[in-house]
Amino acid sequence: MNVHSTSPQFKQNAARALHDAQLQKALNNVKQGFIDKRKAAADKLPEFEALRDSARDIKNHTLEHLDLYLEAYESKVKASGGHVHFARNAEEAREIILEICREADAKTVTKGKSMISEEIGINHYLEANGIRPIETDLGEYIIQLRNELPSHIIAPAVHLNATQVEQDFRRVHTHLDAKRDLSEPVQLLTEARAVLRERFLAADVGITGANFLVAETGTSIIVTNEGNGDLTQILPKTHIVLASLEKLVPTLEDASQLLRVLARSATGQEMSVYTTFSTGPRRSGDADGPENYHVVLIDNGRSSMLGTSFEEMLRCIRCGACMNHCPVYHAVGGHAYGWVYPGPMGAVLTPSLIGVDQAGHLPNASTFCGRCESVCPVRIPLPKLMRHWREREFERHLTPASVRSGLSFWGFFAKRPALYRLATRAAMAGLAFAGRQRGRFTWLPFSKGWTKYRDFPAPQGETFQARWQRERKGKTA
Amino acid sequence: MSARDEIFANIRRSLGVKGNETIRKQIVQDRLERAPRGVIPTRGQVSGEERIALFKTMAEASLATVTEVSSAADVPQSIALFLRDHNLPATLRMGDDLRLKAMPWGETTLEISHGPSEGGDLNAVSHAFGGVAETGTLAMISGPENPSTLNFLPDNHIIVVSAKDIASDYESVWNRVRFAFGKGSMPRTVNWITGPSRSGDIEQTLLLGAHGPRRLHVVVVREQ
Repeated sequence: MNVHSTSPQFKQNAARALHDAQLQKALNNVKQGFIDKRKAAADKLPEFEALRDSARDIKNHTLEHLDLYLEAYESKVKASGGHVHFARNAEEAREIILEICREADAKTVTKGKSMISEEIGINHYLEANGIRPIETDLGEYIIQLRNELPSHIIAPAVHLNATQVEQDFRRVHTHLDAKRDLSEPVQLLTEARAVLRERFLAADVGITGANFLVAETGTSIIVTNEGNGDLTQILPKTHIVLASLEKLVPTLEDASQLLRVLARSATGQEMSVYTTFSTGPRRSGDADGPENYHVVLIDNGRSSMLGTSFEEMLRCIRCGACMNHCPVYHAVGGHAYGWVYPGPMGAVLTPSLIGVDQAGHLPNASTFCGRCESVCPVRIPLPKLMRHWREREFERHLTPASVRSGLSFWGFFAKRPALYRLATRAAMAGLAFAGRQRGRFTWLPFSKGWTKYRDFPAPQGETFQARWQRERKGKTA
Repeated sequence: MSARDEIFANIRRSLGVKGNETIRKQIVQDRLERAPRGVIPTRGQVSGEERIALFKTMAEASLATVTEVSSAADVPQSIALFLRDHNLPATLRMGDDLRLKAMPWGETTLEISHGPSEGGDLNAVSHAFGGVAETGTLAMISGPENPSTLNFLPDNHIIVVSAKDIASDYESVWNRVRFAFGKGSMPRTVNWITGPSRSGDIEQTLLLGAHGPRRLHVVVVREQ
């Protein structure tokens, strides 16, 4: 069982999100910040587009040889004194993690930000087994206090405003002076830093994700701006790395190519503040660092995506650029998508991982404007892959009856071009005549979904095809 | 079937391979051996003074502060001055790095302590393995010489880097790591550090000093 999803209720989720004033205010930060920053960073590096090609090729090459690179990686981790565990699914991953925590006699576990840990729902599982997980990324810490899922893959609390964070801190940090001033964001940050510093020092186990795994050296890589991932992995006695299979790259050079596009695409930074390459446990003579180093490699649906049209999705490096540029994400935020991964990448990945019957609405929540694909650092054709899901949804008869009959009705005419032209000409002429007074309709039969929220403009009386023909004739004449 | 075996079987079935194909093995071996560099931005491909200047510009753009000294013997005075200028206590923690140990700390009033940090140190100094001019990044290597905790726990982190160790690109640093540790081997931890700790998690506003150092100060040593 993966973490629970509300993806089947996407429409209700989206409707609620559109009426949530706090959320709409917070979403403005996405629209304004990320897009300009990414563009500035990309423009500053003349080789940026060539690096995107390189990043795509590295990922494709690795996926084609994934079995062999996994073997190479595994043997290198072992050679450096680390342990590698394989988990077919979320349950197995959770059991392995719990077992390692029990061996370490863990009471508290600090966590660096990791999307795969959200996917397998590790926090609730550890809690149910008497071990306290503590998220240390500021955004993750905030949403853990609220018992929420992240609403963005790199900015988990992007759906919140500072006043909401202040309320949560006052509710939870009851050991602090109730009259303290928390009106400035920096005061919130300072408070979280102090509270979490004690947790870092007390934790028995540290769990991080991995942005990349390097086959050449058996190295796991994490990227953070806060330094929380590093304190998570160097202070406790045991470090557990959670990674899905597709995080692998062949060499340190390949990782460096991908790192050049990751931060620029994500936050518009030239490089994230901390990029950390970890290989095995503490060495002899080391004054600090973990004594035990475990890697849990998680499949959870990835190996079945290989060799299918969705293999391209396995190139994803989780930068968040697609959702930062998505008009649907801007309108409804991340939680409406109902599971761990929101935005365009979530609309493609979620049906692969939890099934199109659960998540069929997500690939439909797109205008196919193509901005996601245009900014994806590994050039995943996201609109094409969403279209593949729509086709599958239709093939499997998951599309609602009204949509199906509408599509069959349209299909009947589309397959008969002469009839199609005749029917559309008649319809356009009719609508133009009916709407000639006001130039718009507030009501039309079978179109309540549209006219409930906005007027439908009256056609000018001519179809696109007719105009195209007329103007082409004019040109050749 | 074990989880491991089933995952490998599933990958191979999906890819339509057996895993024992000589050509595929050769391709993978070759890539791991050769480690092709890919696209290297021209920005960093400068040398001498120009490279040091680029490193400085990029490090400052990441909100680090940078100062230059003409010899290793000048480092203690320079650090003492930095701490005084920022009204910071005259304490400093460091590891067993021989280059740092050889510096004349006795010429300052700094109270020096040695070893990893347990969370109570305000100021620490580490010696970098190298720097990368392309993005103003510092490459740190774990070990008793420069314990990793010093990179993250103190409020103010000072990094000393030799000008001759500032490379154009990351790949040149990896070459030096391979030379020092052997091909295919790595130190326990390599930290690339580009500026002081920060977070944008509250309303996407950039705030410094999230969990790591609030200040990052770099001392570039021109001559040995």
